[in-house]
Amino acid sequence: MAADTVRGVRKVGRYTLLVVLAVIVLFPIYAVVLQALKTGPDSLDHPRSLLPVDLTLSTIKAAWTQGNLGRLLMNSVFVSVMVTLGVVLTSLLAAYAFAFLQFPLKGPIFVLFLATMLVPAEVTVVINERTADSLGWINSYQGLIVPSLASTFGIFLVRQVFLQLPGELREAAALDGVGHVRFLWEVAAPLSRPTLGALGLFTFLGTWNAYLWPSQVIRGDRAHETVQIGLERLKNNDISKINLVTGGLVVAALPIFIMLVLFQRQLVRGLTAGAVKG
Amino acid sequence: MAQVRLDHISKTFASGDDQVRAVDDVTLDIEHHEFMILLGPSGCGKSTLLRVVAGLEDPTAGDVYIGDRRVNDVVPKERDIAMAFQRYALYPHKTVAANIEFPLKVRGVGRAERAAEALRAAEVLGLEHHMKRKPGQLSGGQRQRVALARAIVRNPAVFLMDEPLSNLDAKLRGDTRAELVDLHRRIDSTFIYVTHDPVEAMTMGSRVAVLNEGRLQQVGTPQEVYDRPATAFVAQFIGTPPMNLLPAGLWGSDTVQVGIRPEHLRLVPGGPLHAVVRQVEHLGHEVLLFADANGTRLVSRIDPNSFVPEVGDPVAFDAEPGRLHRFHPESGERIE
Repeated sequence: MAADTVRGVRKVGRYTLLVVLAVIVLFPIYAVVLQALKTGPDSLDHPRSLLPVDLTLSTIKAAWTQGNLGRLLMNSVFVSVMVTLGVVLTSLLAAYAFAFLQFPLKGPIFVLFLATMLVPAEVTVVINERTADSLGWINSYQGLIVPSLASTFGIFLVRQVFLQLPGELREAAALDGVGHVRFLWEVAAPLSRPTLGALGLFTFLGTWNAYLWPSQVIRGDRAHETVQIGLERLKNNDISKINLVTGGLVVAALPIFIMLVLFQRQLVRGLTAGAVKG
Repeated sequence: MAQVRLDHISKTFASGDDQVRAVDDVTLDIEHHEFMILLGPSGCGKSTLLRVVAGLEDPTAGDVYIGDRRVNDVVPKERDIAMAFQRYALYPHKTVAANIEFPLKVRGVGRAERAAEALRAAEVLGLEHHMKRKPGQLSGGQRQRVALARAIVRNPAVFLMDEPLSNLDAKLRGDTRAELVDLHRRIDSTFIYVTHDPVEAMTMGSRVAVLNEGRLQQVGTPQEVYDRPATAFVAQFIGTPPMNLLPAGLWGSDTVQVGIRPEHLRLVPGGPLHAVVRQVEHLGHEVLLFADANGTRLVSRIDPNSFVPEVGDPVAFDAEPGRLHRFHPESGERIE
């Protein structure tokens, strides 16, 4: 009996802690969504009112038209998709070279690759911006996309998966007359699909949420603004329309939310990849 | 005609500053449609030798011939060989049919012909009902059969197998052994088969090449190798339980090692070799008698219906006439 009681108390304690943590995490989201669903005057008159009363979609509609959200979302989708495809492709190719090919200085070159992960993006932003400027890539899609097309983390991740493929597969393929390109597309890449999926998802999320680099490379050109830059402009234009910004935030977060729900399993698998040897 | 000739093959691996000689000057002729077994303990160089034939390793010295062609500089896919691996090496994301077809697809064979050839190979190995499954849904034995089907679909001149049965359980191993022998009868390829299991070597091979520490010890039919082992190593490696090897001086001459197979070591009252019984194993159809003769362990295989001594009994052994093997005490080579 005593043991049962202790177990019960522990369970209650654990769930209480989880509920408190969930409230802490979810509260800001609740506050933003609530403000986005109130009219302008309402949200200013009772800014701290947390009750879901007099809800309306008019703010979101206004954010959509005044903030030019359609264009912003399209830009963000385009940039994120291109970067995601690029990162998956370059990671596959570079990881294949590091995993399966023999070339001089392979080890040192790989260490050099890894070392770039130690350099924070903030350090390189100025020089990269100058490079983009000299190439005429300010206010352009290539300025947004090209600098992000390769990821050291992606190369490292895919290389680890390739190294875990049995060497006999490569040898069997060699006996069958399979060359490198075919082995990559027909064997190595399909077998790494869960990791590639997770890498793609992380890349998409990262690109969608990116602010620092787009803010440097897009300077007031509305045609190329991504959603994060556009929302920032909306906020700076008129602070009294803060509810328009929150409306925009909700819309901007919606695609991410849907992706998280759809690909939750891959995300978790990606996070734990390599943690447990399969 | 696909005979395989290995001419003074050596293979050295560098490991740090050390040089490891995996294969040491091996010369071996394998006839067309022969079932040649490369047998030896792990690390004896047998797999390396097979990989040299496949072209997965380059020999450090020596020449490899397949048919009349020297293939040292020929890439694996152009050697007209196929190989089955210990761990199957199937493509896990492809169906059985796609796995078997893959070598043909790579060669640009048309879809219809590919499917027909794959089905034919699958039928040879009894896989025709599993064509749509993935390897993960098959048992170990079925997977190995898929690997074999993928190899025979190419109709190779030489079929290489690297311990293909070692991942199977005992019963399945027995069944698959028989299937492989049957397969060899039905197709026109030369088989080279690597194993560390003397039973596989004895039951499957038309000839056996025994290797130890990279060196070829003996080549012959299984019976020849069993009856007239060329070295003390071969004598002990082939046969279960292994041959009794008596140090020089324990029996007869002071200058040679004497070997006696357990079935030829008989209990004879007043026999020349005295020992004390240490262990008795009743196997039903036979009894294994383990005894100690002046610190040398002996094993004798006797009839369960004859007199069976008990542990601790003093016994005397004699050998069947003409069944003694003599080996040089240092080199281990056979003395006639």
